[in-house]
Amino acid sequence: MIWTFIVIALFALLLFVVFVSWRAGRLDRLHNRVEAARTALDLAMVRRSSAASELASSGLLDPANSLLLASAVRRAKDADAAERDLAESDLTRALRATFSQPGLRSELDGQDGATELLAEVDAAAHQVFIARKFYNDVAARTIDARRRPLARVFRLSGNAPQPEFFEMDDSIAEDDGARTV
Amino acid sequence: MRIGVACPYSWDVPGGVQQHIRDLTETLIELGHDVSVIAPADDDKPLPDYVVAAGKAVPVPYNGSVARLAFGPLSVSRVRRWVKEGNFDVLHVHEPTVPSLSLLACWVAAGPIVATVHTAMPRSRVLLAAQPVLRSALEKIDGRIAVSEAARTTLVEHLGGDAVLIPNGVATRRYRHADPLTGWPGTGGAIGFLGRMDEPRKGLSVLLRAFEILAPRRENLRLLIAGPGDADEQSLKLPPELRQRALFLGEVTEEDKVRVLHSVDVFCSPNTGGESFGIVTAEAMAAGVPIVASDIDAFHKVLRGGSAGELFATGDAEALAAAAARLLDDPARRAELSVAALAAVASYDWEVVARDVVSVYETVVLGRATVGVAQ
Repeated sequence: MIWTFIVIALFALLLFVVFVSWRAGRLDRLHNRVEAARTALDLAMVRRSSAASELASSGLLDPANSLLLASAVRRAKDADAAERDLAESDLTRALRATFSQPGLRSELDGQDGATELLAEVDAAAHQVFIARKFYNDVAARTIDARRRPLARVFRLSGNAPQPEFFEMDDSIAEDDGARTV
Repeated sequence: MRIGVACPYSWDVPGGVQQHIRDLTETLIELGHDVSVIAPADDDKPLPDYVVAAGKAVPVPYNGSVARLAFGPLSVSRVRRWVKEGNFDVLHVHEPTVPSLSLLACWVAAGPIVATVHTAMPRSRVLLAAQPVLRSALEKIDGRIAVSEAARTTLVEHLGGDAVLIPNGVATRRYRHADPLTGWPGTGGAIGFLGRMDEPRKGLSVLLRAFEILAPRRENLRLLIAGPGDADEQSLKLPPELRQRALFLGEVTEEDKVRVLHSVDVFCSPNTGGESFGIVTAEAMAAGVPIVASDIDAFHKVLRGGSAGELFATGDAEALAAAAARLLDDPARRAELSVAALAAVASYDWEVVARDVVSVYETVVLGRATVGVAQ
């Protein structure tokens, strides 16, 4: 009788251990995915900065507009981790202000390289939008998983830092959602 | 002379540069010159006769704060037309390193160009990065004016060369007399502030903290605050029991601004930087209000090293509270500072300044054709 009980207890313990390590593995994978998504987001932002910088120095825009964009790019590149979101949002606003200028499209139409440059800025900005969505999504799931009682009691996240959401203004289109590029 | 003036910031929004241009232009007109100003402005807003609207300015982040600037094809074509039709003897651009109309005017124009630099900034890497863009436009400038030593240093560092120092003018007559707002300053003491509430460098939060220190022991002390920005947001920075004692007027007319200056016992300029002259402080001096100001270079100079107004350690709310308390308790000292401020500010009157500016114009036009469109 007592042996039966012990066997059942051991089996239950084994099941529990397997379950816990499965949860730990899941958390670990989530943390890895957060990191990968963050790298993708950083790369997307770098790509956007480069595209904006190229547009600024292309000579297609007037000097005031070029200077504005160049200064926003510079701030975004120089920003430390704590200011990154603000600086990137400022770059978004500078791009949005550029593209919302009446007559910009017709002015640039047909000029050498203008179409490719504008398409690249637009594509890069859209990539930032997507990469940020994905990053925040996996960050949210990770934060949620870390909050579970089991994860907290057994410290399943180990030393992995809690991911933070990346909030920024990332829409270079005008309010009505119409793409201006 | 026929003078074309380019203003980089929205004409509808109050600001030091716009005010400078308005006062200089009106004084030049009084002196018999023919002046046209191009500025970002809505087409449907009423403008003075001498202002040409270059279209609506766009709010954009620039250098860490949001500025309303004009750029893009529409602005370029309006500036070009203004230059072409203006037939100016001289073109005078303000803040040519700001990405707006002044830079565009430099870019499209050919002929005698004078530039005034207002703001002092640390040597900016931004400008270095974009220098090729700027250089061709800025190289056309024949005469440079800086409104302060700090602005002159900035200009020399950014553009090389040198600049004539012509300080800002103050329309002293306009500030000398006004009726206080009803119920002000009262008997319990009143401290005033003028400026953008949400621009951190204007230092309103330093004043609010100082008020928190002063308020418990001075039950009737009040704050009078005017300037663009969200008043509710600022008011929430005060503890609930003090909110009643701070009046936030929001943006006020020029006329009310003068009344505000006459409605307080002490005027406070708590700026933490970014100021190259301190026009608002000088206007307060012209109103004869005793002043407490932070010890930044610009205020140090305009307040004659502290003899025409109290200086306190920049950003230090306790030092501000102590300085304000000393003044509030000492009417004799306040009267003394008022007289000293009026005397100090007389040398900044616009007529003095405008004549200096005209001699710069006269120098750059010597032997030159009038201003035309480049290319």
